[in-house]
Amino acid sequence: MNELSLPTILLLAPVVGMLVIMFWRNMSENRAKWVALIASLVTFGLSLLMLVAFDPDVDGMQMEEIHNWIPGANISYRVGVDGISIWLVMLTTFIMPLAIVSSFETIKERVKLYYIFMLMMETAMLGVFLAQDLFLFYVFWELTLVPMYFLIGIWGAEQRIYAAVKFFLYTMAGSILMLLAILWLGINAGTFDVIQIQEMVQAGSLGMSETTQRLLFVGFFMAFAIKVPIWPFHSWLPDAHVQAPTAGSVILAGVLLKLGTYGLIRYNLFLFPEASRDFAPYIAVLAVIGIIYGAWVSFAQTDVKKLVAYSSVSHLGFVVLGIFALNSIGVQGAILQSVNHGISTGGLFLIVGILYDRRHTKAIEAFGGIWKVMPLFAGIALVITLSSMGLPGLNGFVGEFTILLGSAGSEVLGMWYTAFGALGVILAAVYMLFMWNKVFMGPLDKPENAALQDLTWSRNWHELGALVPILIMAILIGIYPSPFFELMDGTVSELTSFLDSVAIVSR
Amino acid sequence: MFEVPVFDDLNAWAALPIILLALGTSILLVADLFIPEDRKRLTASLALGGVTVSLVVAMLQALGVEIGEQGAAFADMFIADQFTYVVNVIALSSAFIGILVSYDYFERAEVKRGEYYSLLLFSTMGAMLMGASRNLVMIFVALELLSIPLYLLSAFRKPIAASEESALKYFLLGAFSSGFLVYGITLLYGATGTFDIDGIWTAAVEIIDGEISRQFTLIAGFGLVIVGLGFKVGAVPFHGWQPDVYQGAPTPVTAFMSVTAKTGGFAAMLRVLVAGIPVVVAEDIAMWQDTIQVIALLTLVLGNFVAIMQDELKRMLAYSSIAHAGYLLIAVAAGGTEGIGDQAAQSALIYLLAYTFTNIGAFAVVVAMEHVDYSGTKLNDLKGLSNTNPMLAAVMALFMFSLTGIPGTAGFVGKWFVFKAAIDADLVLLAVVGVLTSVVSAFYYLRVVVNMYMEPGTPETQPETPSLRWALGITAAGTLILGILPYFMTELAEGVTVALIR
Repeated sequence: MNELSLPTILLLAPVVGMLVIMFWRNMSENRAKWVALIASLVTFGLSLLMLVAFDPDVDGMQMEEIHNWIPGANISYRVGVDGISIWLVMLTTFIMPLAIVSSFETIKERVKLYYIFMLMMETAMLGVFLAQDLFLFYVFWELTLVPMYFLIGIWGAEQRIYAAVKFFLYTMAGSILMLLAILWLGINAGTFDVIQIQEMVQAGSLGMSETTQRLLFVGFFMAFAIKVPIWPFHSWLPDAHVQAPTAGSVILAGVLLKLGTYGLIRYNLFLFPEASRDFAPYIAVLAVIGIIYGAWVSFAQTDVKKLVAYSSVSHLGFVVLGIFALNSIGVQGAILQSVNHGISTGGLFLIVGILYDRRHTKAIEAFGGIWKVMPLFAGIALVITLSSMGLPGLNGFVGEFTILLGSAGSEVLGMWYTAFGALGVILAAVYMLFMWNKVFMGPLDKPENAALQDLTWSRNWHELGALVPILIMAILIGIYPSPFFELMDGTVSELTSFLDSVAIVSR
Repeated sequence: MFEVPVFDDLNAWAALPIILLALGTSILLVADLFIPEDRKRLTASLALGGVTVSLVVAMLQALGVEIGEQGAAFADMFIADQFTYVVNVIALSSAFIGILVSYDYFERAEVKRGEYYSLLLFSTMGAMLMGASRNLVMIFVALELLSIPLYLLSAFRKPIAASEESALKYFLLGAFSSGFLVYGITLLYGATGTFDIDGIWTAAVEIIDGEISRQFTLIAGFGLVIVGLGFKVGAVPFHGWQPDVYQGAPTPVTAFMSVTAKTGGFAAMLRVLVAGIPVVVAEDIAMWQDTIQVIALLTLVLGNFVAIMQDELKRMLAYSSIAHAGYLLIAVAAGGTEGIGDQAAQSALIYLLAYTFTNIGAFAVVVAMEHVDYSGTKLNDLKGLSNTNPMLAAVMALFMFSLTGIPGTAGFVGKWFVFKAAIDADLVLLAVVGVLTSVVSAFYYLRVVVNMYMEPGTPETQPETPSLRWALGITAAGTLILGILPYFMTELAEGVTVALIR
């Protein structure tokens, strides 16, 4: 178990790329781009290996690696992957090369530094998904703040410094209380090893009182709720999204927010089953409010990027609803929807970025009739928009449908949650189509728009190169989702049957 | 009444690193007389050599190699245990880096005085002795040995008024606080009849069940000791001197004293309070743990919030160093809970070690920025630094993240262990305030990063000379390595106990 495992190699691959860019003397900026792209592609390739090696019949962790890290303090380096994290790892490695290639032409200042932070970001995010020790997890969790802070603050739009600082402080404030919860857990369990603590929780040998469990639940929940973000903790998100450079938004929406939903499953559900049950209806109310609020506010936006940003609040409301349905269907739907949202919203941010690069504005009314000059681009945008709003046959539908199914059949939630959640699906159709319609349809009455040229492989290969994989995945998950569910089924069923057993005991 | 001790009874080799340093420093003091003014680099190199020898010995001792003697020495005035060893390592590291930071600075300012290095080393010895004292009188002497050279060092940039003012302020208030300490010591003696920390513990346990007047004497005694030591470490409300002195003193001196004075002060505080005075006294009387908790809360809140309002880098770092005293006070307070004493001392030492590299590093960056006339250290002067001097900006960003406590840096490891001790000691409120004020601190540390990376500008930096570059390299590497492999720190701290031979 102690030779270099695939998760460790996965974590190291971007770091190697980062070090090459850092220490290669006189590397040209052009070459730095390619090093970053290659490093992220290699990471993607390695993650494919991991996918192949992944055994869906194993319910718990696999491909584990354990080392003593700080022996005196019961802290170890433990990484591994299971049915919950495998798709999120894949999402990360899938999105990163796209984010990198999409920045090839748009990032012109301090290029090397930019790609160093991109690769650092990748390792930090993968680390959160792979870490199986609370100390290690926290290290990666906080580490994601640093590169994103720089990405927003250096390469962002006009209000970038405000957005970067707000992002950093807001998310740090949330996670810092989790640090205390982690310390409490570790001290009482005598280890920071997540798997061991999980076993203790399942055996009931940790001896947490109801109050303690609830307090710790809240400690973890606040960190994740801010990251997701669950309404009303979302106020950092529009600022960060709108100010970040395109690739930054793609990463933020695509992966970073999923750290929160992943954390809710891995830590809140696994470690505090009773408290999860007690709080589930309330959190689900917040989720439903978020779904409707996000949709409502999106509809009112005049800025395309802001519209997409608020739509994230709405979409992630679904994910949280699915998680706190506390049944297998709901949680599986939540995980798949996390991936879907990463793909669709990542794609939407790329589209906004492409428009912005050409027109230097994000105001909806500045566009109109783009379809006529950029038919291919408009077509791709249409598919991604439809996937984001949950059209059957595309990925968004599969996730949202499963989540609503889960919440309807949930013991702790019920039809009302599903009904209001479904309202969000309808609203999504309204604001998404409204946006697409205003931008791509209508008369081509502005001369700047008329001068636009369509994307072609020879001229815009990096833009198409980022969009096409997203398109393929959106369709693939939409028409053939079963393999995605298969891999997570074992772990999730294990989790939910555990949650059910807790419910029976408490009755 | 007293017998004249025989040398063999002294167990003098217990103090080996200090003896080595004292010898080296005395030689240096004489040798410097013969070194001409334009070759003071030699003095600096000799000082560095002396520190290195002592540091190597201290390091080996801390790692468990048996060099010299262990245990009590000098008629129970002195003790050599793991705590002492680790304090030695911290104090000597800060002296080592301190010398590296100083040389170019004074060269540039054309202050060519070799006694600077001797004074710096005497002060280091004071800090080392404070960690090794098991007697209150000894603590007082060590404190003066630590402080008096610092008063002088603060004035080394005369005739610049700020430097002179800083020294005078430090001296007057320092002397005043020493008065408190001495008075506290006498009251403790009055209550317990001994100066020996261990003896005080034994007597204090009796006093708990004894008459109320002796209890009050005891409380007044350790209360005044807290005032005296609280002044040294810059705890609120005894912090008033710190911003002015830090800002006015020559920057390398500030760098050195921000770490060394804290190390000495906290070492003594841990010894006197945690090892000397049991917390459980009569239930209706607040004991030192509560007192320290209140002081820690005030220090954390005031230090962090006032730092936000600073626009001068040195002054901001002064307030930030007040805030860090607050985190260390959390560890001291945790030591008051029964059974947590050792863990608290370990966490405090880990924190101090992490802080040593990070904070001196941050001041080294200030040295690289500062002009001869003390200008160039406004926060705004950092604007655009990442363009003109990427390496300097990168290490500064690293130090700022470490001071904030972002994982991957030494600062995070320090905070982790301090908060862990606090939670173990059931001081949850203190831990919560501690983490929340860390978020506040992120605000002002990030502003430095914002200015360096996200604002346009072309700041002037001083030409970097090899010794400064070494200092930056060592501190940056230390911050990073201890952050990624905390094992080095925890290994040193593992055997630390505060309890004396009891």
